[in-house]
Amino acid sequence: MTHTFFIAASYALVLLGFGALVLDAARRHASAKRLLAELDPRGDRP
Amino acid sequence: MTAKADSSPSGAAPGARSLHRFANPGRFLRASARVQTWLWAAAALVLGAGLVWGLFLSPADWQQGQTVRIMYVHVPMAWLAMGGYTALAVASIMSLIWRHPLADLFARELSPVGALVTALCLATGSLWGRPMWGTWWVWDARLTSVLVLFFLWLGHAALTRAFEDQERGARVGAILALVGIVNIPIVKFSVDWWNTLHQPASVTRLDAPGMHVDILYPLLTCAFGFSLLFGAVVLARTRAAVMERRIRALQLARARREEAAGA
Repeated sequence: MTHTFFIAASYALVLLGFGALVLDAARRHASAKRLLAELDPRGDRP
Repeated sequence: MTAKADSSPSGAAPGARSLHRFANPGRFLRASARVQTWLWAAAALVLGAGLVWGLFLSPADWQQGQTVRIMYVHVPMAWLAMGGYTALAVASIMSLIWRHPLADLFARELSPVGALVTALCLATGSLWGRPMWGTWWVWDARLTSVLVLFFLWLGHAALTRAFEDQERGARVGAILALVGIVNIPIVKFSVDWWNTLHQPASVTRLDAPGMHVDILYPLLTCAFGFSLLFGAVVLARTRAAVMERRIRALQLARARREEAAGA
């Protein structure tokens, strides 16, 4: 295995890991925001 | 908003009072919404610049060659694993002493992210160790203590979700986090206290960093970028958790109303 493989694998793992975290956080956030707006339309007002 | 509207206990210290302002979910969601957008943007900008700098523009190491580029992802993961755990311990103190509801949610949402970052630290370290040391893994003090840190993160994530009563889960998780904090100095100083295959600290030395600025600057940029992304992810997860808790409360109230109307 060349050194390029180890470098590429390291970056791919980190980007995949953080990519999954970002996507999961964005999905949860959007879904909760939508549901909360349905259940409590006045909730966002100060 | 007057001081009376605060949910802080009247006898609390000023620091605790200002923290208790954010125990109000609506106030926290409004304040963090502004920070969240900027945090995503700053993370994308700094991390994008740092990764391009580290991967394409920084020089190869005279000894390690191109493999040194693994450092730009491995070292930030190691710093975040330790720094994140320290934040978990601080949140646990806030949870146990002040019973801050947001600290519970923050800790609960932080631990899966911390576990992943520690797993990435171990995986990228292994991928760096194979070509440099000739082995994927050794049971030396640094690697073993980071593995223990990974299990502490996993344990916290599992424990806080293991109880039906979320408050009880948060309390048990906070105790585990505070017991586990003893491992952080062990991780940090393991390379000084024991004879390890892992190299001693080269950036956070007290005298001067042991690397050239052409390598140090992209490393610090990547570390800052990953820290921003870590913060953005944890904040987004905490915001989602606050909203999900409110949704559960609203659904419960609606069910009770319907039950009362039907009776």
